[in-house]
Amino acid sequence: MPESPNPANSPGPVEPAQKPVTAIPTLAQTATERKTVAVSSALERIRRTHPRSSRIPDKTFALLILLTGLSVFAIVVFVAWELVDKSKLSLHQFGFSFFWGRDWDPVNDQYGALPFIYGTLVSSFLALLIAVPLSIGVAVFITEMCPIRLRPIISFLVELLAAIPSVIYGLWGVFALAPLLREYVEPFLAKTLGWTGFFNGPMYGIGMLAAGIIMSIMVIPIISSITREVLTAVPQSQREAVLALGATRWEMIRMGVLRNARIGIVGGIILGLGRALGETMAVTMVIGNRAEISRSLFAPGYTMASVIANEFTEATGDLYLSALVEIGLALFLVTLIVNALARLLVWTITRGQTGRASA
Amino acid sequence: MNRALRVLFCIFTLSAGVMAQTTLNGAGASFPNPIYQKWFSEYHNLHPDVQVNYQSVGSGAGIRQVQAGTVDFGASDGPMTDEQIASSKVKVLHVPTVLGAVVPAYNIPGVSQEVKFTGEILAGIFLGKITNWSDGTIAKANPDIKFPNQNITVVHRSDGSGTSYIFTDYLSKISSDWANTTGKGTSVKWPVGVGGKGNEGVAGTIRTLPGAVGYIELIYALQNKINYGSVKNASGQFIKASLESTTAAASGVKMPADFRVSITNPPGKTAYPIASFTWLLIPTNPADKNKGKLLKDLVLWCLDSGEAMVSALSYAPLPKEVADKAKDAVKQQVK
Repeated sequence: MPESPNPANSPGPVEPAQKPVTAIPTLAQTATERKTVAVSSALERIRRTHPRSSRIPDKTFALLILLTGLSVFAIVVFVAWELVDKSKLSLHQFGFSFFWGRDWDPVNDQYGALPFIYGTLVSSFLALLIAVPLSIGVAVFITEMCPIRLRPIISFLVELLAAIPSVIYGLWGVFALAPLLREYVEPFLAKTLGWTGFFNGPMYGIGMLAAGIIMSIMVIPIISSITREVLTAVPQSQREAVLALGATRWEMIRMGVLRNARIGIVGGIILGLGRALGETMAVTMVIGNRAEISRSLFAPGYTMASVIANEFTEATGDLYLSALVEIGLALFLVTLIVNALARLLVWTITRGQTGRASA
Repeated sequence: MNRALRVLFCIFTLSAGVMAQTTLNGAGASFPNPIYQKWFSEYHNLHPDVQVNYQSVGSGAGIRQVQAGTVDFGASDGPMTDEQIASSKVKVLHVPTVLGAVVPAYNIPGVSQEVKFTGEILAGIFLGKITNWSDGTIAKANPDIKFPNQNITVVHRSDGSGTSYIFTDYLSKISSDWANTTGKGTSVKWPVGVGGKGNEGVAGTIRTLPGAVGYIELIYALQNKINYGSVKNASGQFIKASLESTTAAASGVKMPADFRVSITNPPGKTAYPIASFTWLLIPTNPADKNKGKLLKDLVLWCLDSGEAMVSALSYAPLPKEVADKAKDAVKQQVK
């Protein structure tokens, strides 16, 4: 179909200069005739709007991409359905009291998930508490203040942290970090901050504090790399504008850069939190694996991922297995809820503000 | 194209000879995995038409899979319970293969000698009643050791394991307190202490934590040269775990017909009190008769020639009478 070469036309679907040659369908007598007419008019539309050479590939590509997007959704739904299905026995036995029961006793078939939920949440939030200021500091340093020659080296080193396998972190935790904590850090914390109630009790070295520290090291590369992307994406004009108004360096960073990159930074934190919630190997090697709720960070704890990894292979008994799958379901739900809350937080912060540098 | 087809045809005809091989699939306990792998590869060298594939996925998974009939045989460190046997689609015979033992390991600053543990001491420590190494009960059993004033930290297994089953079985027998509160199992609710993952986790934690005491497998302790103590047996002797004392534990025990017996705290002067069999779970009436016959031959070979190979890998062999009894049972009961 010859198209008039109009320079004002953008590439892509091109409007024809003349009317379609085929006759407009009016009196289709039978159903098959109507169907043929419908197909031919659809083909007509494709012929009109797509250049001849890329018609079928375009449609196929669009269909494939749609399937890919739907498949992600389908996987999540499938996982959720399997979790609910396999934990039916335990759901039936304990009902909702499973989620606030504190007793985990495989011998007497009594199961409660509260110590694990508590352990997961506390260790993850402790990890974030340590990791977020460090990661943002690292990102600000790399983008704003680092000499250009050092920039690739430091960013490479931070990325390297992400490449270390979890088991290595666990080993390092047991043999290097735990003795360090037990000998120096925990006595110091007990002496200075013992009045808060978070730093007392016997000092094993391993425990909630060790798990939080290890997880923060694992989460730093994630948050810092996303923060770095977002900070680089802030337009230079913002920085210059704030400086032109007489701001100091720190004020420029705070008002011109960090403020604009807020949404992206929170997104990075959510991603880091996701990793922390699901981390299994490193945590189970240093957290002490004790299903008890304790205020002190020196005490051992237990996370949901750890208990599943530890007990699943040897679990005999249908109720025991079903309880472990229900812990998996609890972890799934906790992750969903925490993510939803984080998104809510983002929404409340940025509500009413017009999106400036949204990365 | 023609050449490719010809090559493929050659491969098919050659593999037709290989395809006459039968594969037996088994799954279960991780404790005997090294010796089973050795046995099965030796057996394959002797009988090239039989390939045995064993996956150490854990006793629990092994029991489940043999109940469901997805594997040809299973393996477990703990015998199946009555409920599991009743609910199983497949009837199995428990065939004991090797013996394992559990030893108490410790890290007491300033003490390098071998510590003697009585049942009372072990139960007291693991129940949380004895909290310091300078406790009188420990000193009474070890009059020539000077213990420091150091808090005891209990280290147990966080993952479900046959080692925990053996240890808690022993504690249940020697302490009614333990039997009533905690009980025995591959995973229990420990009254005190921290958990380590695997023998490596427990040993690592004990090594780096002063005042720690925990239990590990004998083989692991021997191969990694970890100090462990001796335990008082039912005859009043302090026995240090070894291959001989573990085999002695099985000798004096009355063996039931289905071989599901616990040999912790046995009578016998040289018996080590914390030991146990590990079992192969062999279906007595297999669906595939051909595979059933091959499996029967395999098990009889393991109980016969296989037993000579176990000490090299630090496993304790079955006492002769137990091996003979097991062979008879396999010949009679497995169709």
